[in-house]
Amino acid sequence: MSYRFDTLSLHAGQVPDSQYGARAQPIYLSSSFVFKDADQAASLFNMERGGHVYSRISNPTNAVLEERIAALEGGVGAIAVASGQAALHLAITTLMGAGSHIVASRSLYGGSHNLLEYTLPRFGIETTFVDPRDLDAWKAAIRPETRLFFGETLGNPGLDVLDIPRVSALAHEHGLPLLVDSTFTTPYLLKPFDHGADLVFHSATKFLSGHGTVIGGVVVDSGAFDWDRSGKFPTLSAPYEGFHDMVFTEESTVAAFLLRARREGLRDFGACLSPLNAFQILQGMETLPLRMARHIDNTRKLVGHLSTQIGLTVDAVNHPDLPSHPDHELAKKLLPRGSSSVFTFNLSGGRAAGRKFIEALKVFSHLANVGDAKSLVIHPASTTHFRMSDAALVAAGIHPGTIRLSVGLEDPDDLIDDLNRGLAAAAKA
Amino acid sequence: MQIDVRGQSTYLYTGGKKLTPLTVDREKTIIFIHGAQQDHSCWTLQTRWFAHHGFTVLAPDLPGHGRSAGEPLQSVEALAEWIAALLDALGVEQARLVGHSMGSLVAVEFAATYPQRTVQAALIGTSLPMPVAPVLLDAARDNEPKAATMINGWSYSASGQIGGNTVPGLWLLGMNQRLMARQKPGVFHADLAACNAYGRSLESLSAITAPVLLIAGSQDKMTSPKVAKAVQAAIPGAQMSLVPGSGHALMAERPDAVLDALIAFLAR
Repeated sequence: MSYRFDTLSLHAGQVPDSQYGARAQPIYLSSSFVFKDADQAASLFNMERGGHVYSRISNPTNAVLEERIAALEGGVGAIAVASGQAALHLAITTLMGAGSHIVASRSLYGGSHNLLEYTLPRFGIETTFVDPRDLDAWKAAIRPETRLFFGETLGNPGLDVLDIPRVSALAHEHGLPLLVDSTFTTPYLLKPFDHGADLVFHSATKFLSGHGTVIGGVVVDSGAFDWDRSGKFPTLSAPYEGFHDMVFTEESTVAAFLLRARREGLRDFGACLSPLNAFQILQGMETLPLRMARHIDNTRKLVGHLSTQIGLTVDAVNHPDLPSHPDHELAKKLLPRGSSSVFTFNLSGGRAAGRKFIEALKVFSHLANVGDAKSLVIHPASTTHFRMSDAALVAAGIHPGTIRLSVGLEDPDDLIDDLNRGLAAAAKA
Repeated sequence: MQIDVRGQSTYLYTGGKKLTPLTVDREKTIIFIHGAQQDHSCWTLQTRWFAHHGFTVLAPDLPGHGRSAGEPLQSVEALAEWIAALLDALGVEQARLVGHSMGSLVAVEFAATYPQRTVQAALIGTSLPMPVAPVLLDAARDNEPKAATMINGWSYSASGQIGGNTVPGLWLLGMNQRLMARQKPGVFHADLAACNAYGRSLESLSAITAPVLLIAGSQDKMTSPKVAKAVQAAIPGAQMSLVPGSGHALMAERPDAVLDALIAFLAR
């Protein structure tokens, strides 16, 4: 008897508390935890017994979140951190140091791109960015010092579907793990470990939480990658002076990455998640399957409606559900439940039309986020990318009239009415 | 620590304490024997305590498992002989034994065959005989991932299927699934077939002279407390510790209760 996805979404990791029997997950807002006696204290510090010492390292509420996402992803465990960016940082710094190299998809969230392109080189870690669809480019970018492949399940902004089976197979041929940002898809739509990915992270701020209330992140380990056999990861397979010369792959055959990430990364970098935020994310995850199904259902209706406007006020709709999308066939294979409720379409009228469209909307909220229960919209050419010329925008895969939607859970007809208001305004620009 | 046993490279986890064949404390050696399709890492918490409290801990990966070379041995008797060879290789005459599931059968066989070499024996999740359902044996031969899923479904208590791990952030069902997937092809079936075929009679357990402790999970569906009690009754003076709420994967589900029972038995 093992439980299925929807049941795990509600229950995994949480047994009712033994003292009061609280059914909801209690928020253990305590920096530290009292030792039972001197022996137990020593045993906790020396990893002879499990438990909590200090909430920067672990916390009972956070631990429930960690188990729950690991259960949903099919991993061996997880670590909850302060944000999706902190999750990416923790994954990278656990695996490598100065002199290392990453091969990454060039279709990345801007924050991830900034970390890899500008910040990590200052600490001696370089990244080569490749077209995620070009397997030869991934291969050609590998260097002796490469330690990681990294991509997003659905790339930004074109929703490129990462071919996880082929990219991970190539990574494994070279003794490298594949890290995947699964924020847009969640395990409801795609379980990257089933297709060969080795590590997954989420900005839990988005669909996992679902309510646009808290910032948080999680990194999940599949437990399948053999760090010893690869021979490229002394942080996991050689004695670590910073923790009693522990060899993490000997301590745990399948969870060495998580041991080091917690015992070093959380301990020293300290990007821990507040238990209050962990509670909010858990509340969201309870309804993840229901919300994702509705997100996808609403999105299909909006994609269908916008597609009827092509040649009128709309130039193109970019969604993997559409046969016109370059990854349509791959999406059918990897994302059978649907691919995303975040997508873009291009207005015929360019920048001016984009501004008019946004200003006419009443239900969609104009802001820089995705994955909220409420529908969200942004016009990159007048906000996130406003400094770029039209030519530079096109080079980045963004049209001056590109609108990005994050479709929420409202009545789909209200959303279609809202889009029609925007399209009518755009037509007059 | 990596040593040669019968000419084959054998990995021994030593509880996080540096050990060489020269620093083995031959008076205070405990050998931890893992179960089918497992490796030493099922013992991490318990072994670390003993290694840091004055004992020499040897938690081998059995032949063909984990980091140890060779092929899996085909019978419990062969495994018990191999344990004797391992102790010989380190010059250890007498040892305390701790075994889980298949490993508990190996400990039983060792204690009955080599009573003079057995100081104490702790049998965790045990039964005798240890029949394996034909559907599981077949799956272990024909479809190892399916067999691993079946084991996971049967090895954990009702609450263990939900989680709430003592060790923060680790999902036990996922851990066990991946650990089983790490073993090389053929190990799964060899191990389960060895358990299934082990034919020592309950009556013959009267040959065991060492003090014995059985540790049983109250919700163990694979080796129930009821069958463990029959083993207890057959071993002169054997004690039993029942761990409330645990299934068959006792060291994972209730690590502290198992450790406390082992401390009370082996270290007090």
